[in-house]
Amino acid sequence: MAAASPSVFLLMINGQVESAQFPEYDDLYCKYCFVYGQDWAPMAGLEEGISQIASKSQNVQRALVWNFPIDVTFKSTNPYGWPQIVLSVYGPDVFGNDVVRGYGAVHVPFSPGRYKKTIPMFVPESTSTLQKFTSWFMGRRPEYTDPKVVAQSEGREVTRVRSQGFATLIFNVVTKDLRKLGYDTGPAGTQNILGPSLPQSNLQ
Amino acid sequence: MNPNEEKVKIITEEFTENDEDAQVRRQKKKSRAQRQQRKKQPRTPGPEEMVSENCHVGPPLEPGEEKPDTHLLSTTARRGPRSLPPVPSTSRTGFAEFSMRERMREKLQAARSKAESALLQEIPTPRPRRLRSPSERESETEFGTEPSKEIQGTQQEDDLKSYTRVKFHDSVRKLKSKSQAPPGFPSAEEAYNFFIFNFDPGPEEQEEKPTVICRDGANQEEEEGEEEGPAQTGDETGEEGLLDGKDAEDFLLGLDPTAHNFVTVRAAEYESTHIRLQKEKEVLFVPSRLTVPTYKKLPENVQPRFLEDEGLYIGARPEVARNNQNIMENRLLMQESGRKWFGDDGRVLALPSPIKPSPSRPPQFTQELSNKAELETLYKKATKYIHRHQHMIGSGDPPGNFQLDIDISGLIFTHHPCFSREHVLASKLAQLYDQYLARHQRNKAKFLTDKLQALRNAVQTGLNPEKSHHSLDTTQTNINEYKSEIRQTRKLRDAEQEKDRTLLKNIIKVWKEMKSLREFQRFTNTPLKLVLRKEKVDQKADEEAYEAEIQAEINELLEEHAEEYAQKMEEYKTSHQQWKAWKKAQRAKKKKNKQAAEENPDEEGGEPFPEEEPVKPIPPEPTDTAIIEQQVRERAVHSRRRPGEPKLVPELTLAGNTTPNEQCPRVEVLRREDVKRRSVYLKVLFNNKEVSRTVSRQLGADFRVHFGQIFNLQIFNWPESLTLQVYETVGHSSTTLLAEVFLPIPETTLVTGRAPIEEVEFSSSQHVTLDHEGVGSGVPFSFEADGSNQLILMTSGKVSHSVAWAIGENGIPLIPPLSQQNIGFRSALKRADAISSIGTSGLTDMKKLAKWAAESKLDPNDPNNAPLMQLISIATSGESYIPNFFRIEQLQQEFNFVSDEELSRSKRFRLLSLRSQEVPEFRNYKQIPIYDREIMEKVFQDYEKRLRDRNVIETKDHLDAHRATVAKYLQQVRESVVNRFLIAKHHFLLTDLVAEEEVPNISSEGSGILGLSLFKLAEQKRPLKPRRKGRKKVTAQNLSDGDIKLLVNIIRAYDIPVRKPIVSKFQQPSRSSRTFREPHAASPSAHSPAHSADYPLSQVLVRPFVEVSFQRTICHTTTAEGPNPSWNEELELPFRAPNEDYSTASLQSVKDDVYINIFDEVLYDVLEDDRERGSGIHTRIERHWLGCVKIPFSTIYFQTRIDGTFKIDIPPVLLGYSKEHNMIMERGFDYARSLSEGSYITLFITIEPQLVPAEPVREKFDSQEDEKLLQATEKFQAECALKFPHRQCLTTVIDISGKTVFITRYLKPLNPPPELLNVYPNNSQATTELVARYVSLIPFLPDSVSFAGICDLWSTSDQFLDLLAGDEEEHAVLLCNYFLSLGKKAWLVMGNAIPEGPTAYVLSREKNHYLIWNPCSGHCYGQYDTFCPLKTVGCLIGPDNIWFNIQEHDSPLRINFDVTKPKLWKSFFSRSLPYPGLSSVQPEELIYQRTDKAAVAELQDRIEKILKEKIMDWRPRHLTRWNRYCTSTLRHFLPLLESSQGDDVEDEHRAELLKQLGDYRFSGFPLHMPYSEVKPLIEAVYSTGVHNIDVPNVEFALAVYIHPYPKNVLSVWIYVASLIRNR
Repeated sequence: MAAASPSVFLLMINGQVESAQFPEYDDLYCKYCFVYGQDWAPMAGLEEGISQIASKSQNVQRALVWNFPIDVTFKSTNPYGWPQIVLSVYGPDVFGNDVVRGYGAVHVPFSPGRYKKTIPMFVPESTSTLQKFTSWFMGRRPEYTDPKVVAQSEGREVTRVRSQGFATLIFNVVTKDLRKLGYDTGPAGTQNILGPSLPQSNLQ
Repeated sequence: MNPNEEKVKIITEEFTENDEDAQVRRQKKKSRAQRQQRKKQPRTPGPEEMVSENCHVGPPLEPGEEKPDTHLLSTTARRGPRSLPPVPSTSRTGFAEFSMRERMREKLQAARSKAESALLQEIPTPRPRRLRSPSERESETEFGTEPSKEIQGTQQEDDLKSYTRVKFHDSVRKLKSKSQAPPGFPSAEEAYNFFIFNFDPGPEEQEEKPTVICRDGANQEEEEGEEEGPAQTGDETGEEGLLDGKDAEDFLLGLDPTAHNFVTVRAAEYESTHIRLQKEKEVLFVPSRLTVPTYKKLPENVQPRFLEDEGLYIGARPEVARNNQNIMENRLLMQESGRKWFGDDGRVLALPSPIKPSPSRPPQFTQELSNKAELETLYKKATKYIHRHQHMIGSGDPPGNFQLDIDISGLIFTHHPCFSREHVLASKLAQLYDQYLARHQRNKAKFLTDKLQALRNAVQTGLNPEKSHHSLDTTQTNINEYKSEIRQTRKLRDAEQEKDRTLLKNIIKVWKEMKSLREFQRFTNTPLKLVLRKEKVDQKADEEAYEAEIQAEINELLEEHAEEYAQKMEEYKTSHQQWKAWKKAQRAKKKKNKQAAEENPDEEGGEPFPEEEPVKPIPPEPTDTAIIEQQVRERAVHSRRRPGEPKLVPELTLAGNTTPNEQCPRVEVLRREDVKRRSVYLKVLFNNKEVSRTVSRQLGADFRVHFGQIFNLQIFNWPESLTLQVYETVGHSSTTLLAEVFLPIPETTLVTGRAPIEEVEFSSSQHVTLDHEGVGSGVPFSFEADGSNQLILMTSGKVSHSVAWAIGENGIPLIPPLSQQNIGFRSALKRADAISSIGTSGLTDMKKLAKWAAESKLDPNDPNNAPLMQLISIATSGESYIPNFFRIEQLQQEFNFVSDEELSRSKRFRLLSLRSQEVPEFRNYKQIPIYDREIMEKVFQDYEKRLRDRNVIETKDHLDAHRATVAKYLQQVRESVVNRFLIAKHHFLLTDLVAEEEVPNISSEGSGILGLSLFKLAEQKRPLKPRRKGRKKVTAQNLSDGDIKLLVNIIRAYDIPVRKPIVSKFQQPSRSSRTFREPHAASPSAHSPAHSADYPLSQVLVRPFVEVSFQRTICHTTTAEGPNPSWNEELELPFRAPNEDYSTASLQSVKDDVYINIFDEVLYDVLEDDRERGSGIHTRIERHWLGCVKIPFSTIYFQTRIDGTFKIDIPPVLLGYSKEHNMIMERGFDYARSLSEGSYITLFITIEPQLVPAEPVREKFDSQEDEKLLQATEKFQAECALKFPHRQCLTTVIDISGKTVFITRYLKPLNPPPELLNVYPNNSQATTELVARYVSLIPFLPDSVSFAGICDLWSTSDQFLDLLAGDEEEHAVLLCNYFLSLGKKAWLVMGNAIPEGPTAYVLSREKNHYLIWNPCSGHCYGQYDTFCPLKTVGCLIGPDNIWFNIQEHDSPLRINFDVTKPKLWKSFFSRSLPYPGLSSVQPEELIYQRTDKAAVAELQDRIEKILKEKIMDWRPRHLTRWNRYCTSTLRHFLPLLESSQGDDVEDEHRAELLKQLGDYRFSGFPLHMPYSEVKPLIEAVYSTGVHNIDVPNVEFALAVYIHPYPKNVLSVWIYVASLIRNR
């Protein structure tokens, strides 16, 4: 039936926004969302989420640990527009205003498996020193109009950014029917293991 | 004191109290859980905690538990399976110190062990597994390393920590000894000790090698093995206490929580310094400072080896103090395998010192400027980049490689205004002399003489052989040729000689004149001096030669003449013969004629001589030798030097003296001074661009200027023209252009060094008259005293220059190849010398090129020719194929994953590519299926249809061919604009991506004020008087359906038409159809209590409600009462964007309108039986459409909110309703309102959330306007914007081709259609209104819809009339032009109106007042009309000027329209900038075609049919009956309406209708619209809701009338009515 000739493939992602390193800032929370192409549609799980506020740990690493779970399943007909996770981190500044502390994005890994991704986080810079001062003073730092901008290449040439820190994510990726539809994303060695023949032999 | 340690002690004493098994059990379980938890705890706490924790709980427990287990198993192997023998208890019974505590413990132990064994049996699998599991082992090893870490840590930590550690060790040792003394007697302390012992393997060992452990953590494995030993021993020693320990541990854990409640106080422990030092000695290691003997550092029996002594190089070791070195060596030796640190010579291994003794960086001498040698700056030439240009040389060529050298050596004036008379003569003389010199150099006369001589000789020699061979014709012909040549040469020679002579004569003459002039004026101006040198000649020889020459000439002439004579005689003879023959014939003829004349004399006169009478030939005269001789001599005298006369050789020298200034008359001095003030320079123009100029040189007294400058022009363009401009400067004043000299572009072969100096003459047409001795230029002057013999001389001169191509470093001329021949091979052939010299002729043909190369013997070894040779070899070998094209992406094919055909065949790929091209149909297509088979064919249908229809004109929607073409055209324009916009959309600005605070600005208003925003920090969170804050704007990116809502707030309405009381005699008052409300009409209503109180009792109320329909969603308010209702309700309508595309481009082009319809709710009592009236109410609600207000969505979108009072569009005829004119007029408000007729509604409309309208694309359009004018417009606008930033100021607009045009060019009197003028020939007022109506009938189409994203485009009036669509500006321009042509004073008003926003109106001046015209509706308003939709006036535009409103107010009510007052109106053209007389962009006159009446009639029928069908469609559940009779009545009535424009026909119409349809209750109204498409008509009919009546016996009537106006402007009337038959 449907299993014999699938018309979509599925991509299941779970994992977590594990931790982040923002040497200068504390008490941050993060927001994640997915950016994907027109041929993609979320099937289950949450596309977006906002984590708790995490303070820095007391040890040497001074990591902010969120351990914020991600669990989402997409279906798609086309690998074009493969989902990207966009992470934006916010936190209070000196005056207690909530300001953005970093944007970052990474593609969800293509092949099944467990991945640990560390992505650099950055924020747009003020256009002038005066604005930098006032934005610091007023607590209204420059922000992207839409965090999803960081997942696209268009229009980025007009922005200047400053690096802020790193965030570490863990992905567990499972795909279904991707190979049946002719897309081979796995590493070369896994061809025999992950092929569709395996479940069949089990059944027999 | 460590609290934890205390705890332990407390717990040990606690056992007495806690003696209940159950409790223990419970707690044990709890403790397990705790242990499990603890196991997970990371071992990261500080060393201090670690130590204390190790004492009783925490991670160390676990291995303790495990290890006993392992041993347990091993012991059971000896003792028996699985039984846990209560060994300790047996041994304990005999013990002397038997206490209660011990007993208790025994009991507990027994129970505990039992349970333990039971547990073990119950879960046999986990245990062994745990034992085996590597993780456990790991934990074991981890644990093993723990103490070492501690020790290491303690060593590094401060005293306190080491102290605790020491203490710990101490206790350990104590306990150990104790346990050994009484074996088999475990206690709590022992158990504790056991564990400690177990975990802390051999302190001595530890002390020995702490550094090793700390260095390499990788050695853990080994250590683990070592630690196993002590652990084993510990077990052996405490075998007995094993179980006790475990149990005790359980207790300890179990009781742990309760232990917190107890506190015991003990004395502080003290250790003496001595002991402590001793202990420290065990732990600490202090390396010795003594020198280590060499043998210790080397392996046994190895002698130290000194490499240096063996002759090998060893670098200098870094300096280390001796004792430090010793310490290090000692330390190293303590380590295991410490010897590896030592080299063969017994010293610590070291690299040679990396520090250089001397600095390698060159010293910097900043102060010493003299020492510049190292820091010399190198000059590098700036390299130019190639810019795109039509004459650009192939991009492969290196730019700037070409050079043209222009050498300007000097300038000589042959005439100049400052020439004195003498100068004129002198220059003449100089010219003549130059001529003479030139002639002399060529010496043509001499050459010709020689030639003549040679020819004569040839003839002589030719003649001689002739005598011997008479028969040779060839020699004869040769001789003849020679002879003729002799003749010619002689003539030439004579001419030359004569010229020479005259020239000489002239020279002498001019010189004489000059001499006389000098004498006359008594001063000399020029140094010219002519010397005539006489060359003596030999008199005799000369005479002889002269004579011989003459003789030879005479002979020749004689010969010639003889020949000629012979020839002529010959001719004479023949002609004479002819003549004779003719004579004869004539005579015969005459005879005949005579006879004929006798016969009939009439004919005689009429017959002319048929032939001309040949002249009788005259026999040639033989030549006379004497005459010829005389002629020859005369000529010779004239042209030749006389024999014996000395040869005169003129020599012009500059040796003469000029008279010094003092001796000259004043005029001459003036002249000389004037000359001195003048200076000349040249500009060099290359391709009409000035590239360089010479230095300015003073004009010399001899009017020569020497420049001697060479200009090297580095060029990359092929020179097209090369011009020199001669400029003259007088003093410090102005510079005048004297003349332009065009230089020829040199041949490609002409290179620097070979080019001769050439002179190019120039002349100027300037007229100069001077007041001194200078003769001027272009003015007549004379040498004679009496002023006769006038001369006019123009300034002229010569520039001596040379132009040549420069030669590059390697001898290649720097000549650009001709740009016209662009051939792909050039890049391969560039720099090849040969190419430029052969031009490009050979390049196209390889064979020719090869041939050429072979012929020109190119050196194949010359590297310059290498590319050429290679090319030729390829070409001639014929092996390799040279394609005649160049492929840009050679590897593209490899990257194509499917072929193009497959790509186009596959539906999926096609869909994908169309989507990525953002084709509107597919722009937002989601989830393109993965297989072709799943894609429906119909997906493409719409798209393909659109493509197909692009050129096919679809008449279905338009019913009118002309409009269809126009619509198509507009569609195409729109598509191209949209495409441009799509491209522009991908260009982001920073503000599109980054939301940033504005630059704070103290002076400007707005949110960005620094000062104010600082105050904001301090302001109250909830102020008492809150100020309105701007709503947050939403960029339309992530919106979806349902996110956007249209909020319509309907506040109130005024002057709604009211129902007429039914007083008509035709209308029988019937019981069943009386209005339900009638009885209550007089009763005061909650909604309008004030009004109803005032109404007379007979007044019939109206119950209006408002219905808003947008995108087929309908919302309505509650029903209010009275003609001035107040609703105050907010309606919310959802907004759907087309194709779910919420981009700004898409939103802008939404063409939907918001219809606000006002209805009257009429309740009819339909109770059939009067008897039921008491028990039930049966009413039917009917609603009657009263009018509507239509607001385009685009207006709302751009205005973001619409707030105001609008005139309700009420049909001209509303049957059964009338406007209440006899309203009570007490209140001023009513008074003001009643000035204007009509009903009004107050509305507030906005979009929620607020959308950001797209910024118009700010492009700088090119323009054909004068640059100065454009600058003036910018200045004007900037000035206006500074004063009144919110007032509209328009100076330039963009025409339909995208060019900036000055706005006044649009205004020009244009003739209205003559038909309109003829309607009311005498009534100008009516004509004006008719014209306005005509303009308003042209459909309105906002630019934002048609040209989304692009600013306003203004079309001219003829374009507007052709397109039959335009927005306010076009309407206004046309109306204004008509008014101008009608002789009115009219202006375009730019301002803000509601609901349009920024718009254009027309202002016209009547006799004593101003009228404001809305061009789109055709209505006019007085200046003081409160309901005038125009709210602000920005500027007025007339045909010749623009006036900006600089009055305080901008409302038309409060301003003065007198533009002549400069204080009120700032005009664009003023005295400082006069109106330059700009030509209009409008056509001369508008031509109006008559509209085809037949087509209109057909259209009328079709519209009627379509509308009827639509009404039937809208009533799917009811039968729609058409009353044909009524329809025809209506149809007759509509033309009447058109002719009266909907005024004052209501009464007759009603009467007529009632007469004919007496027994019908009729409700209906005519709608009037300009015609553009069918869709708006349908929408309008739909919005009236006529079809909503569901009375069963309802009948409908619908009539359409189209009135044609010229130029296809159609006025559509639709009369819809519903009829209900009265019973």
